[in-house]
Amino acid sequence: MSLTKTQSVAEIKARNKELIAEVLEVYPEKTAKRRAKHLNVHEAGKADCGVKSNLKSIPGVMTIRGCAYAGSKGVVWGPIKDMIHISHGPVGCGQYSWAARRNYYIGTTGIDTFVTMQFTSDFQEKDIVFGGDKKLLKIMDEIQELFPLNNGITVQSECPIGLIGDDIEAVSKAKSKEFGGKTIVPVRCEGFRGVSQSLGHHIANDAIRDFVFDKMDPDAAPKFEPTPYDVAIIGDYNIGGDAWSSRILLEEMGLRVIAQWSGDGSLAELEATPKAKLNVLHCYRSMNYISRHMEEKFGIPWCEYNFFGPSKIAESLRKIASYFDDKIKEGAERVIAKYQPLMDAVIAKYRPRLEGKTVMLFVGGLRPRHVIGAYEDLGMEVVGTGYEFGHNDDYQRTAQHYVKDGTLIYDDVTGYEFEKFVEKIQPDLVGSGIKEKYVFQKMGVPFRQMHSWDYSGPYHGYDGFAIFARDMDMAINAPIWKMAKTPWKGVPKPNLIAAD
Amino acid sequence: MTQNAEHVLDHFDLFRGPEYQQMLANKKKMFENPRDPAEVERVREWAKTPEYREKNFAREALTVNPAKACQPLGAVFAAVGFESTIPFVHGSQGCVAYYRSHFSRHFKEPSSCVSSSMTEDAAVFGGLNNMIDGLANTYNMYKPKMIAVSTTCMAEVIGDDLNAFIKTAKEKGSVPEEYDVPFAHTPAFVGSHVTGYDNVMKGILEHFWDGKAGTAPKLERQPNESINFIGGFDGYTVGNLREIKRLLGLMGVEHTILGDNSDVWDTPTDGEFRMYDGGTTLEEAANAVHAKATISMQEFCTEKTLGLAAAHGQEVVAFNHPVGVAATDRFLMEIARITGKGIPEELARERGRLVDAVADSSAHIHGKKFAIYGDPDLCLGLAAFLLELGAEPTHVLATNGSKAWAEKVQALFDSSPFGKDCHVYPGKDLWHMRSLLFTEPVDFLIGNTYGKYLERDTGTPLIRIGFPIFDRHHHHRYPVWGYQGAMNVLVWILDRIFDEIDRNTNVPAKTDYSFDIIR
Repeated sequence: MSLTKTQSVAEIKARNKELIAEVLEVYPEKTAKRRAKHLNVHEAGKADCGVKSNLKSIPGVMTIRGCAYAGSKGVVWGPIKDMIHISHGPVGCGQYSWAARRNYYIGTTGIDTFVTMQFTSDFQEKDIVFGGDKKLLKIMDEIQELFPLNNGITVQSECPIGLIGDDIEAVSKAKSKEFGGKTIVPVRCEGFRGVSQSLGHHIANDAIRDFVFDKMDPDAAPKFEPTPYDVAIIGDYNIGGDAWSSRILLEEMGLRVIAQWSGDGSLAELEATPKAKLNVLHCYRSMNYISRHMEEKFGIPWCEYNFFGPSKIAESLRKIASYFDDKIKEGAERVIAKYQPLMDAVIAKYRPRLEGKTVMLFVGGLRPRHVIGAYEDLGMEVVGTGYEFGHNDDYQRTAQHYVKDGTLIYDDVTGYEFEKFVEKIQPDLVGSGIKEKYVFQKMGVPFRQMHSWDYSGPYHGYDGFAIFARDMDMAINAPIWKMAKTPWKGVPKPNLIAAD
Repeated sequence: MTQNAEHVLDHFDLFRGPEYQQMLANKKKMFENPRDPAEVERVREWAKTPEYREKNFAREALTVNPAKACQPLGAVFAAVGFESTIPFVHGSQGCVAYYRSHFSRHFKEPSSCVSSSMTEDAAVFGGLNNMIDGLANTYNMYKPKMIAVSTTCMAEVIGDDLNAFIKTAKEKGSVPEEYDVPFAHTPAFVGSHVTGYDNVMKGILEHFWDGKAGTAPKLERQPNESINFIGGFDGYTVGNLREIKRLLGLMGVEHTILGDNSDVWDTPTDGEFRMYDGGTTLEEAANAVHAKATISMQEFCTEKTLGLAAAHGQEVVAFNHPVGVAATDRFLMEIARITGKGIPEELARERGRLVDAVADSSAHIHGKKFAIYGDPDLCLGLAAFLLELGAEPTHVLATNGSKAWAEKVQALFDSSPFGKDCHVYPGKDLWHMRSLLFTEPVDFLIGNTYGKYLERDTGTPLIRIGFPIFDRHHHHRYPVWGYQGAMNVLVWILDRIFDEIDRNTNVPAKTDYSFDIIR
C-alpha cells in the first residue's frame, strides 16, 4: 500500500515538501504563514525538527489539542487514587473526562479510592454571578461527611473560576486548617490558560510542589526504612496497566519503587518521593517540572527512559542501572536476558507480518518519539510524526534520537492537514487519538489509538511489547481492510474491442 | 513470567498472575499508607444504609456522578444535523476536543467541530479576533455550507456578543456577507445538553425564518401541508430518524426532519472520509416555516424551539421519547390527525406483532421492579413502556429533570396501578441512585454506560439504554421508536432478564434444576 517503500530519501523529501506546500494553499494568507512554521521535512543531523511549537492554536482550524484542565485533572492529578478531585465549575469538563483515560488502580471505588468518579460543583448561573467560594466550602464539608476515607482533595479549576475572581486558595487553606491539616490543593488549571494541555501539566506539577511538598513536616518520621535502591516512577499514568508492567522490571533488577506518579498513585507516594535516590521519568513533557524541582531542592537526580520495545527497554534498563552499583547493573542484565526469549518469540511471530509497513503518528506527551523504537523492533518505519502539545525540547529529543532523514513533521496538526498527509502518503497504519480514529478508518487506513492503546494494553515493558506487537498486527492485517472498496465500483472498464 | 507470544495476555489476564499480584500487594502495604481493611469494610457497609442515604440526599452543593452534560454538547449535536454544516464553538478549545471525543466514543464515528481557540488574551480583550480569524479559516479549509456558532462558558462569562462579532467578521471579509452563520448562546452553567440542543435548533430556525439577524427580509409563512419533525438529543438518532422516515414514508406524509443526524453519524467505510453527510438542507430549513405543524419527539429538548414554531402559527405537538404500543399509537394517530393521512395496514400489522411479542413475553417482565435514569424525555418514554409491560419503574431519576418534568412523571405513575409505589427524582445524580438501589432494591437498572458502576457496587443488573453508551457497540443503529423500535427495547430487556435467570440457576447440584432449556 505504501508509496514510500520504493522511493529514495531524496524523492521522499521532495514529495513531503510538495505536500506541505499543497496543504498550505487552503489557508488564508495569514494562517498559511503561521502554519508553515509548524510543518517540516526532517533533515538528518539537525538539532531539532525545524518546527515551531508550543504556540497558540489558530482559531477555526480544528486543532486536536485540549486544555490546561485536561492536563491537570485529566493527566497529572486525576489518577491519584485516594484523593477526591473536584471539577470546579460547570458540569461538562468533568463529564467528558469521566473515567475516559483508563488510569488503572486497585481500590474500593467510592470508599477509599475515587479515580473513576465525577465530583463536580456543577456551577449554575447564580454561582457565576455571586461567586462559587461558598459552594466550594460546603462541597468540602459534604465530601468529608460522605467520603470520610479520602486522603485529600484537589480543586481543578474550570474556565469560569479565574474569570469571576473566586479565591479557591483561601477556601482550600481554611478547610485544610479546619480538617486538621488535611491536604487540600487548589489548582489554577482553567482551560483558557496556555495554549494546550501542556500548561496544565506544569501548573499541576507546581501545585504538588506548593501544596504537597511544601506542606510536609520535614521532621516527620519516615513511613519506611530507606534503602540505597529506592526509585520513583515519574510520568507513567498506568493506562491499561503501563506503570505496573514497568514497575515489575525495575523491581526484578533489584530496585525498590517507592512511588508511582501518578497512575495507581497515592498521596503517601507523592509525599515519599523526596526520599528516592533516583527519579525515573517516562513522560518528560508532563512531569519534567517536578523532576527538576526535586533535583534542585532534594538533590535527587532524574533519568529519562523509554519502555516501548525491547531495544529501547534494554537501553533504558542499562541507563537506569548506571546510576547504581554492580548489583543493580547485573540485575539489569539478568532482566534483559530473562525476557530475551519472549522478545525473540514475539518478533519471530509478528515481524514477518509487519516488516516494511509504514506508520504515521500524531500523539501527545512522549509518544510521538518514544514508540518509534518499538515499531522499528517489528521492522516497521515511522514516516511522519508530530506532537499535540510538545515543546522545542521534545523536538530536539526526537531529532537527535528517533526520526529518520526525510520524516514528515507536523506540530499541532490541523484536521485538514492530517487528512491530506495521510491521503497522499498512504501509510499502512496511523496512530493517533479517538477524534482521528474514524476519519482514517473511513479512508480504509488501519488505525490504533495511541493515547488509550485502543482500550488494550499495557504497552510498556516486555509484557507490554507482546501486546503492542499483537495489536499492530491485528490492526494492519485485519481482513476487513481488503474489503473497504466496493468491488463493482471504480474497476477500470475492460477494453471493448468492438467499439474501437 | 506469564506473558507469552503464542497466547498474548493483555490487561484482562496479565495482572492476575502471581508475580503481579504479589507486586501490587507489596506496593499497597509498603507505600500507599492504606486504610485498615476493617475500616474500609465498615464504611463500605455504612454507605449502604438508610442513614447514609439520608446524609447523601441532604447534599446541597456537591454533585457526584451526574447524568447530564453541558449545553455546548447539545449545541454541536443539533448543528451537525444540517447539511454540510460545521459547528463553530466560540471559547476555549479544550471543550471542543471533549465534545468530539464524547460523540466519537458513542457513535464510533468521526465528529467534526471547530473552536475559536480563545486563550488568556481573549479573556482580557474579548474573542472578536478569534471569531474573525476562525470563521475565515473554517470557511476556507472545510468549505461548509453553513457555520453554526455556539459558545462555551468562557465566552459567556466574559460576555462576548455573537451577533455583533459575526457581523464584524462579515464586514472584515471572513465569510461572504450573505453566508449563513446562525448562532446561539449556550452557557454551560444553565440547563444541560438538552438545553443546548434547543437553543441551537431555535437559533438556526430563527436565522432562516426571521431575517438572518436583520440582514434579510423575514420569511412570510405560506402554510402548506408539510410537517416538521424534530428528534431532539438522542443517542439512538441514527436508528430512530431512519425509522421515522420509514413510518412517515409509509403514511405518505410530506415532511422535513429538522436536524437529521442519521447519516453524518453513520457513514460507510469505503475509502472516503465524509466530513459531511446527509442532514437537513438549508433550503428545507428555511421552507420549514411554511409547515402545517412541528412535531417534537422530546418535549424537554425543544421547549424554546416549539415556542418559535408556535409563534409562527404552526401547530406544535410534543412527545416524550415515545416507546411502546400506546406511545406509538398516539404518535401515529397524531400524525394522521394533523395530516389527514391514513395509517396503512402495514403499520397495523407491525403493531399487532409488537402486541404479540409483549403478550408472549410479559410473564417474565410483569411485576419486575426497575430503576431508570437518563434524559427527561427518555425516562418518561421508558417508564411508560415498562408500565405497559406490567413492570414497575420504581425509581425514575433525571439529573437534568425539572419540577415540571417530575410532575409529568408523577402523573404517569398515577395513570397506572403499576405506578403506585414508584418515585421520581428530579435533579439527583447517580450517587443518589446508588443509595436508592441499596435501600430500596430493584430487579433491573436502565441507564447509560456509567450505570455499570452502579451494577458493580449494588449488584443490580444494568440494561444499557441511554447516552452515552461507550462500552457496547452499535446499539445506536437500532431504533427505539415505532413499533419495531419498541420491539428492540423489549428484546434488550428480555435478554438481560433471561441472562440473569440463567446466571442464578447454574450451580450444579444446587440450583440447576431451574436451568431450563425452554423459557
